[in-house]
Amino acid sequence: MKNVLGNKKAIALFVLPGLLLYTIIVMLPVIWSVYYSVYEGTPGLKWNFVGLANYERLFHDKNFHNALIVNLKYIAIVMIGQVGLGLLLALFFRFWLTKFKNVVRTLVFFPVVLPTVAVGQLFVKIYEIQPNYGLLNSILSNIGLQHLVQPWIGQSSTALGALSAMDIWVAMGFYSVIFYGALLDIPGEIIEAAKIDGCNAFNLFRRVLSPLLKPITITCMIFSFTGTVKMFESALALTKGGPGSATKSLSMFMYSVSFTYGKVGYGSVIAVFIFLLCVVGSRLINLFDRKEKA
Amino acid sequence: MKKIKIKPLIISLLTAGLVILEVYPLFWMLTASFKKPAEFVSKPAYALNDGFYIQNYIDAWTRGNMATFFKNSLINTLAALVFIVFFSVTIGFALTKMEWKYKNKVASYFGIGIMVPVATALIPLFQIYNGMNLINTRTSLIITYIAFGLSLSIYLVTGFLKSLPDEILEAAVVDGCGIYKLMWTIVVPLMKNAIVTVLVLQFFFKWNDLLFSMTFINDTKLKTIQTGLLYFQDEFGAKNWGAIFASVSMSVLPMLVVYMILNKAVIEGMTAGAVKG
Repeated sequence: MKNVLGNKKAIALFVLPGLLLYTIIVMLPVIWSVYYSVYEGTPGLKWNFVGLANYERLFHDKNFHNALIVNLKYIAIVMIGQVGLGLLLALFFRFWLTKFKNVVRTLVFFPVVLPTVAVGQLFVKIYEIQPNYGLLNSILSNIGLQHLVQPWIGQSSTALGALSAMDIWVAMGFYSVIFYGALLDIPGEIIEAAKIDGCNAFNLFRRVLSPLLKPITITCMIFSFTGTVKMFESALALTKGGPGSATKSLSMFMYSVSFTYGKVGYGSVIAVFIFLLCVVGSRLINLFDRKEKA
Repeated sequence: MKKIKIKPLIISLLTAGLVILEVYPLFWMLTASFKKPAEFVSKPAYALNDGFYIQNYIDAWTRGNMATFFKNSLINTLAALVFIVFFSVTIGFALTKMEWKYKNKVASYFGIGIMVPVATALIPLFQIYNGMNLINTRTSLIITYIAFGLSLSIYLVTGFLKSLPDEILEAAVVDGCGIYKLMWTIVVPLMKNAIVTVLVLQFFFKWNDLLFSMTFINDTKLKTIQTGLLYFQDEFGAKNWGAIFASVSMSVLPMLVVYMILNKAVIEGMTAGAVKG
């Protein structure tokens, strides 16, 4: 037994190629970004050590502040929307929906698997006002809400909202399926007992379901958070960061700084910041869980 | 009597509203992809198509290079999937069932990868590939896809293997099965479900990649479907709605087919993947 499962050669053969690839392509670049972040110029050409100057610059950079605020707003709206609506849908599936349960769940999940850019293109057309009204504006205009017709993604007041609505539409089915699975795990007797004790729907949710759903809610929030921190593909496909910089996220800012303007060192500072935001944010959400348990 | 009927009515209305909200945009996209250019001007956007104007698809497929983008995405995705499955099964097995000193450390090392944002690795990767003349090659994308697919796949595979009883392996070893034969004849067939989950999940992730392919590839011949669609938008802009709808419909189609066939595995896979966060 030990000879076979402790076969050193086989272990090396199984683990090393993947481990090497993973180290070079995923882990090394993270450290490399930290190294780049204290330099300025083009690697190999004019490459000067500048210490923490890039970091200092970041704190005074208005474009960075804008990207951070846009990204944080987006995280807040989309996280609440995805997780909140996902939960509501799951409750609906579990307690009210009786017919076509599987069909409805399958359909609600469908947008999750669509290519992000394709969804972006689709919504560009839905929100369009020029040269022709898109789906949303033409429906609004037809049902007598002409005053609501507007360039949804062409003005900074509504662009972020329009983008968030799209991303919530895409992902709420995913969270609903996770919550639904968790609701099925809650024994029916607990719910029955609460009902017999005179619990109404609201109290049932507040006192019985929500404590039991807490771990999965935390998981969903972390998942939504790590997804929204990265904000890139959908914003690029829908608005390209505009109008102006109304939907320009941290990742997009990093991308333009490093690849459009070639400032590798400064771009790396932003990359490091995104990584830290990701780690710290997830830890903070996790903390929520532990506090209650103690 | 009335009181009893109200609740089912509300539920039916909510259900119908939900289904419309999810399905109508896609239905609209499909009908619009068959509209003639003139229909977009003369009729409101929600009107159904007059006929089936196939020219949109022909334009997208040939002039819009969709044929090339499709081929590239398919090659990159499939090549990456083969390696992801191979590595995650062998590594997952070594991390759960084999006996060696550092296996827990290596397992958590692979776990960290789930947290790494793609954007953080992008600049160094570009520099590395640039130095190795890998920019504008399929290789750069495929190896990146493999490496970034490992963490989650290994996590899924180890989760599955942990619940696999050791006795099966012991019996095989007692019968004189070597480690490689054990892998191929016992472990891999037993892991069919986990492998399907990894395949389906990673297929969606890789097919949907935008950030890597737009950074490493700028040669139109090598562009993937996601970058291709963006390029398409710039090229045709607001001028050719029909062709844009056709290209978007085409890029959605493979997802639709895979999802319809495997929707149970997809939903379970996504859920299992999400539990880690």
